Order: sequence, then structure tokens, then C-alpha cells
Amino acid sequence: MGWVADGLDSIRSFQIRHVLTQIVSLGMIVTSALIIWKGLTCVTGSQSPVVVVLSESMEPGFKRGDILFLQMNKDPIRAGEIVVFNVDGREIPIVHRVIKVHERHDTGEIQVLTKGDNNFDDDRLLYAHGQLWLEQHHIMGRAVGFLPYLGWVTIIMTEKPIVKFLLIGALGLLIITAKE
Amino acid sequence: MHSFGYRLNTVLTFALLLLAVLCGAASFLDAFNSPLSASSSYVQANAQVVKVNRFRRQLNGADEVSLTFNVSLDMKRLFTWNTKQVFVFLAAEYETPKNALNQISLWDHIILDKDQAMFQTKVTTKYPLIDQGSNLRGRKVDLILHWHVMPKTGRMIRDKLRLSDFHLPEAYT
Repeated sequence: MGWVADGLDSIRSFQIRHVLTQIVSLGMIVTSALIIWKGLTCVTGSQSPVVVVLSESMEPGFKRGDILFLQMNKDPIRAGEIVVFNVDGREIPIVHRVIKVHERHDTGEIQVLTKGDNNFDDDRLLYAHGQLWLEQHHIMGRAVGFLPYLGWVTIIMTEKPIVKFLLIGALGLLIITAKE
Repeated sequence: MHSFGYRLNTVLTFALLLLAVLCGAASFLDAFNSPLSASSSYVQANAQVVKVNRFRRQLNGADEVSLTFNVSLDMKRLFTWNTKQVFVFLAAEYETPKNALNQISLWDHIILDKDQAMFQTKVTTKYPLIDQGSNLRGRKVDLILHWHVMPKTGRMIRDKLRLSDFHLPEAYT
């Protein structure tokens, strides 16, 4: 474990310019991540272009820990689409399939009902009190693509925050003790 | 110089990069499997309404229908090395004076592999056909089969095929 001793040595012999360079590079990494995220938001048209599946209500298609890529545009919602929506009062978005669609002649307004593939009931019980339908503005995006397993990183970091702190601490330590 | 931490860092970065490239390649190659435009020609299906089980008006004024129908389908050609499941549902589509479009899923089914992708069955509506109003008497309803190919990784493909249509009875049963 000689690298721990080396690390402590480099902390002791620090120069201001060196530290400042490190801080700037860290800032650059964070901002490029932010740029990529915001860029994805613009390209896909959805507020959150990537979501992690948290529940088993869409099994066997989507399992907990899968990542979904979302897209949103002004096209009317149609039956069969897998949509992501937020219910007032709940902070976690829900990913379910549209099973009923009603579109008005006059206003073009659309009301939909959703249901998880693996659920017995439709989602009326999940909607806000008194709400019978979802409308286009409730929908954050449609799922268009899918990657398995990669979301587990996010789930572990959210459910066991200690892992998040450990990772950030380790990253910070690695950056500070890097020779260059 | 080649400390443990350095080597671990390199290995992890390389592994992640390789995984990402593989996933990207898998999705890209999948696109060659079934050209999107031909998806509906890969499916053969038929659906016929056998019986109207119940046709009534609910207390709140909405029409409700329950049907029994025969459905036969062959979706074997949709399955590729990258297919995890195919979600199939039969939707009733109709128009009313108030609504330009109504789509109601009547029945759905998950096909997990190619061998289960060809079958015929007689089923009753899993989700009752409920109108927003009382417009179903004598209404012409289209039966449209929708399917959603969900891959092991990559882009999901949705398509549909109009199978048949039928008229609801003029009077409640």
C-alpha cells in the first residue's frame, strides 16, 4: 500500500498552481457532463432523456435496474406506447404502457389510461385523487430504447448513500494524489 | 508507476468502454435484421368476434361492452437474436361524434420466445370496452393488432396491422 504514503507525500508538498489546475480540471469534467446531459435533453425533447427502471411493474420486458432512453415530440400519444409520467404528489416517475386513448374532435385534446404490463389493475389508483385520465402534458417522454443492468449504479447510489460518498471520496483522493 | 490503483483504473475504464462499444454494435447490427418498413409483412394474424357477452350502459352513462373473440397469429419472423419479448395487444378503434379517435386495448399477451409465437386462441376481453359516453350502439369498430418488439438491448420497434372490423349491436343485451 505504498501509494497511500506517496499520496500523503504529494499532499504535503503542494503548490498553489498545481492545486488550482486540479480544481479547474475537475470543474471541466463536471461541466462537460452537464453539457452532455443538457444536450441530450435538447435532442430528445424530453426533460429527462434517460431514466432508470425502479419497479417490477413492467416485467419481463423491463427489470429493475434497466435504463430507458426517452424521446418526446408533439405527436399524439397512441395506444401501445410506453410512456413515462409524473403524478402530482409523487416524485418518482412511472414507466407504463398506454392501453386506452380518447382524442377529441374539436380541441385535439387527448386522454389516456396506462397500465404496467405486469400489473393486474390499470393505473387509475396511482393517479391523483379524482384524476381519471392522463393528458399529453403529464407525459415526460416515450421509451424508445433500452439498455439492461446499467441502472443498478444509480439505484445503489440512491438507496445506499454511503456508497455515493465513498465513491466521491475515492475519486477526490485519486485526483488529489495523481502525479500529474 | 504501475501501482495497483493505476492498473485497476485502466482495467475498469477499458472494460466499460468495451461494454459500451459492444452494446452500440449490437444495436447497430440489429437494425439490419428486420427493416422497419417491412415489420408488418412479417406478421400474419386474424381476429374475429365470436360473441358479444355483454353490452350495457353503466350508471354514469358510459357504454360498456364485453366480447369473446378468436385470435390467431404467427409472429415467428419477428424474433431475432436480439429479441427479448414481443408484447402483443388487440385494440378496438372507433370514432364517435365527440372523439376523433378512441383506442381501447381489449386483450394483451407477452410472447417470450419464437416457439410460443404462433398460436390461436379464443379469449374474452381482458379490459372492457368502455366509451366516454353512450355512443356504441350500432357503432363500427376496427380490430387492430399492435405489437411491440422489445430487444435485449437497443431500440424498440412498434407496429400494427388492421385485422377486421365488426358492428356492435343496435340495442343493449
